[in-house]
Amino acid sequence: MSLKVLAVDDSRTIRDMLKLALNDAGFELYLAEDGLHGLEVLEGIEPDAIISDINMPRLDGFGFIEAVRGQDKHRATPILVLTTESAPELKARARAAGATGWIVKPFDPSKLVKALNMVAG
Amino acid sequence: MSTDPMAEIKASFFVECDELLESLQDALTDMDEGNYDSETINVVFRAVHSIKGGAGAFGLDALVAFAHRYETVMDEVRSGRLEIDHDSLKLFFHTADFLADQVSAARDGLPEPDGSEACLQELEALMGDALPAPVEEDVSDFQPMGLSLDLGITDAEFGDFGLPSLDDGASENDAAWSLTFTPSDALYASGNDPAHLLRTLRELGDVTVRCDLTALPEFDALDTPQSYLSWHATLPGELDESDIREVFDFVEDVCTLELTRETQTTPEADDNLSLADLAPQVEAPPNSVAPTDIVPTEPPESEPNNTAPADNPAAAPAPVTPPLKGAPQANATAEPGATVRVDLERIDRLVNLVGELVINQAMLAQSVAEAGLPQNSKVMTGLEAFMMLTRDIQDSVMMIRAQPVKPLFQRMGRIVREASAAVAKEVRLRTEGEATEVDKTVIERLADPLTHMIRNAVDHGLETPDIREAAGKPREGVITLSAQHRSGRVVIEITDDGAGINRKKVLEKAISKGLVPPEANLSDGEIDNLLFLPGFSTADQISALSGRGVGMDVVRSSIQALGGRIAITSEPGKGTRFSISLPLTLAVLDGMVINVAGETLVVPLSAIIETATLTSDDIRSLGPQTNVIHVRGDFVPLYDLGAELGYRAPKSSYEGGIVLLTAQDDGERSALVVDAIMEQRQVVIKGLQQSYGHIPGVAAATILGDGQIALILDPADLVQNASGRTRGFDIALAG
Repeated sequence: MSLKVLAVDDSRTIRDMLKLALNDAGFELYLAEDGLHGLEVLEGIEPDAIISDINMPRLDGFGFIEAVRGQDKHRATPILVLTTESAPELKARARAAGATGWIVKPFDPSKLVKALNMVAG
Repeated sequence: MSTDPMAEIKASFFVECDELLESLQDALTDMDEGNYDSETINVVFRAVHSIKGGAGAFGLDALVAFAHRYETVMDEVRSGRLEIDHDSLKLFFHTADFLADQVSAARDGLPEPDGSEACLQELEALMGDALPAPVEEDVSDFQPMGLSLDLGITDAEFGDFGLPSLDDGASENDAAWSLTFTPSDALYASGNDPAHLLRTLRELGDVTVRCDLTALPEFDALDTPQSYLSWHATLPGELDESDIREVFDFVEDVCTLELTRETQTTPEADDNLSLADLAPQVEAPPNSVAPTDIVPTEPPESEPNNTAPADNPAAAPAPVTPPLKGAPQANATAEPGATVRVDLERIDRLVNLVGELVINQAMLAQSVAEAGLPQNSKVMTGLEAFMMLTRDIQDSVMMIRAQPVKPLFQRMGRIVREASAAVAKEVRLRTEGEATEVDKTVIERLADPLTHMIRNAVDHGLETPDIREAAGKPREGVITLSAQHRSGRVVIEITDDGAGINRKKVLEKAISKGLVPPEANLSDGEIDNLLFLPGFSTADQISALSGRGVGMDVVRSSIQALGGRIAITSEPGKGTRFSISLPLTLAVLDGMVINVAGETLVVPLSAIIETATLTSDDIRSLGPQTNVIHVRGDFVPLYDLGAELGYRAPKSSYEGGIVLLTAQDDGERSALVVDAIMEQRQVVIKGLQQSYGHIPGVAAATILGDGQIALILDPADLVQNASGRTRGFDIALAG
């Protein structure tokens, strides 16, 4: 059973890379370009894990995570933050918003896959 | 995807970089116009940030480092800690230029552009001593991220931050670590699962974990969302405290963690639990109060991939809500505005084919007409529909090649910044009509002439700030670059608000160089046009910009090579305007087919204002050789196309002759005498220049419906080189 993953990132390059890494690993991947788009995409799916960027137009990662956590059916869906940021206060904010883990870009595909398997498996 | 997929992604990363650089420029320009709202600043920040993020993925370290330092400063701006003013904005632009260089250097595998470091230091100096350290610190943070996780810990890096090294001097051979981990409700609320954390912990070394079920109530009293459990773990003494804490870093606020160097533990986390109010712990049997031992069987440095499936079920409470499967299958990887990258060659081929189609359609129409079918016959109506379709196809194909001039204009922004810095002038570039679309090949070939003209405008057109001030103008000069569609052509104008052309000086120079006879009596417009003569240069002193070897004559010939024209207007004290008029496409034009001395010729319809038949009243002689005609109160010079093209000698009388009244881009009109007007039609442009070079007055050639070849005239160029002009010096030049 392949895991369903929703990845939200405004960078096409990062989306391409996620696509490559996660499709190769057999995940069923859904992509969105920003927080609002992510919420729209989420309406139609029930992912096993969500990956989200922080800096995004329209709705940033914090807002997105909060909104996802606010939905009852996603209250326990693991959400990994994927970002170049690493400041402790940002991590604290992400945690407060409901993030499950924090991955720093650039990511190593095999480790991302492992992390996803761990939180969602 | 048969090739390396990463190479594909890398290529598209650079495409994305170009887009990001464009939006960066846009946002900075917005800010330059006084719009400092947070979204604009955010766009700047995100553009730099995204470039950094992507660059990191490809190990483009120099680009990452550069973008990072730029980003750090922009973050200060974003947070309002750094004030924006004219000077800092200038630096932001400057850094953006360098960022663009860094991107191209990374793309082409070249070394870092010179001056990057100086630029960054200047930029960082803006922050003063507000933030001296973070820059370096962050850069180094950035790198180890990928590496620090090789320990076999999860990549989900549950932390590597904010961990003060408490194990000061603690010997590696100390007693084993004892850990008590009590999740609060919030841990479960953030989608975490203690099992994940404990599994991660196990990868550190030989870990023993016991689950403490003492707080678990009777089954009936179970409130599923509550957190009842805590865990005690014993870890090898040689482990680093920070490594252990790191596992829990991301959940440190949502659990109680006690880490001591003792062999014995006392479960005492119950008071924390009382605060908890949600977290389901269903799986553990309600009455199994005895702690459960778990001894991991796997070696500490086990291969990451093997560890995931090996669970230690007793320690793991049930997953809070198992995600439901079977959601709609619709693939949500929607990418709005999807694009396809197509080889330009294929498009060119398509354009050529459509051109052939147009010719073919014209031939068909001609033979149908010759067959003498009635106008309302089915063939005729069908042919008309065919013609419209052909036009639609043609428009669509041209649209594929059309691109907005915006990237070109943005490049000019940089030229202005660099040029103005080189000659110490204050210059602002305004752009208008950036969305105007022009054939891609035209845009590419416009870059050099535009660059040169912009440099000229900065160097020669605008005065120094002091002189401007003395003249009652703002110190900052303005160069306006505009593009617009005007009657089937694209008009690009470069306007400066400088001193205008110093005509006295220009004329003196032209005379001293022997370009003009000393006694020549030239109009203002003619003096201005001297600038386009080969070998003319007005630069009195050699400045940092002059002496680049290209004169306005080269600019003019490159514009002409595009089927375009360039005109100049200038007003003393107010400024100078260069106007470039280009054909919308290089492939097709609407033309009027005419006959002169038995030759069939095509005149672009866009150049023709009206046609008329001359009466004797209209014609006035001017001088021994030339005539003008009187049109609605104005006098317009008359040119005999047959004579100008060398088909025949000038006629003795033009009474009853047919004239085409044409207008140039500078508004100058002229009347061209033709023998007959045959029809109006769309013609496919076939370039002549590869075979013949530039022929004065001739723009290109075409193939007509009957297979005959006809020259397409360029009236403005024709008139410029015409012998019918009254003013003598043009003859001297033409000779």
